Amino acid sequence: MVLPSFVLLWALMAWLIQSPLLPTPLEVLDTLIRESASGELWHHLGATLGRVVVAFILAMLLGTAIGITMGRSRTTNALFDPLLVLMLNLPALVTIILMYVWFGLVEVAAVMAVVINKVPNVAVTVREGARSLDYRLEEMATVYDFTRWQRFREVWVPQLFPYLMAATRGGLALIWKIVLVVELLGRSSGVGFQLHMAFQVFDVAAILAYSLAFIAVVQLIELAALQPLERIASRWRQPEAAHA
Amino acid sequence: MLELRIAGRDFGQPVLGEIFATIKRGDRICLLGPSGIGKTTLLNAIAGLDKMVPGDAVIGRDKLRVGYLFQEHRLLPWRTLNANLRLVGASEGEAENLLSQVGLSGYGQYLPDQLSLGMARRAALARCLAVKPDLLLLDEPFASLDPVMAGGLKTLIAGILDSQPDMAMICVTHDGADAEILANRLWYLDGRPARLQWDDVVGEPGLIDGLLGRLRGLDSAGS
Repeated sequence: MVLPSFVLLWALMAWLIQSPLLPTPLEVLDTLIRESASGELWHHLGATLGRVVVAFILAMLLGTAIGITMGRSRTTNALFDPLLVLMLNLPALVTIILMYVWFGLVEVAAVMAVVINKVPNVAVTVREGARSLDYRLEEMATVYDFTRWQRFREVWVPQLFPYLMAATRGGLALIWKIVLVVELLGRSSGVGFQLHMAFQVFDVAAILAYSLAFIAVVQLIELAALQPLERIASRWRQPEAAHA
Repeated sequence: MLELRIAGRDFGQPVLGEIFATIKRGDRICLLGPSGIGKTTLLNAIAGLDKMVPGDAVIGRDKLRVGYLFQEHRLLPWRTLNANLRLVGASEGEAENLLSQVGLSGYGQYLPDQLSLGMARRAALARCLAVKPDLLLLDEPFASLDPVMAGGLKTLIAGILDSQPDMAMICVTHDGADAEILANRLWYLDGRPARLQWDDVVGEPGLIDGLLGRLRGLDSAGS
């Protein structure tokens, strides 16, 4: 209900103002179709999505490892907590500029900048989960000689799952926004690059078309991947009682 | 087969004093004592759960397989009973057999939280047996069960002990009656820090009664 009303309001405003700075929804749709037909849209969406996926995987792996280590060991936590707080408060823009200055306008610098921005968030969330791991199951795993891998897979991951999911959700939203900035500042492909080009000629229709297209992609990932994953993984939580 | 030298446990205040004991194959020990005295702490020490305590030596444990029935079932709630048993080394067939041995045949595909307290505890007992234990540690196996459930479990454990004469057992309990059925040796833990006040081998039923009488006397004298 809210979304259609919003589009209607937008159309009304655009019709009233009659300015190229606020195109109508139909104009945006038109741009979307044109860009999609020429293949431009898919090329840049693909480039951005690629960076998001690589940065996301790296940030989750690194952040999870750091989070578990800091959550399990008081000493490690005390040592690295100040650094973590510093990293959390480091503006994304600073990391991006520094990476480009130090490593040049290359793909690796772009992805690294995104990863560095995201890792502290993942680490903090997973650390919370690692702190709340059930010591009773830890004792059980010790008594029954679980291997490291068994302990990780069978005991830790299921308990950390809600935290990993939270990090994933927040991560996806944050990462794609940072990726756009990274592309705007130093890449020659991707949605961010296209926004940059459109900004230079004040092509608001293109700006909206590309933004909406990528929001749709992120929504699709949420619906097609994250929500089913969550359903499957939390199936054990509400089992039916056995009738005995 | 097992020589205990527990250095003592101090969690802010002293809990356990030094404890020395030897456990032989076929020993069925009931560990009695007032609640909160440190019986579970002693069981954990024997199981090697607080490894970092200096001065501890449980000689021979490395060579033993230990099955530990905790007060809670401590099965992995996201794994079926079969998967829980297979995780500690049981084959598919062994898992089925063990479950039917504890009266849970057909429940292999159930999750632990789908079971009642008594059933979950029997499933946890099946996991203890799945490691083919040399030493079975039971922490208040009959607590919070209704009398029928508790009686059934007691018969089940007694049967398991009968069929595996080489296995040693240490069972924490509040109830001297449990000891009469299960034990051939009694430990009584008391004091602060707690020490083994009694370590008696029990030969015949009459002796257990006498011993329990003495323990009750000691208990009431202390309180």
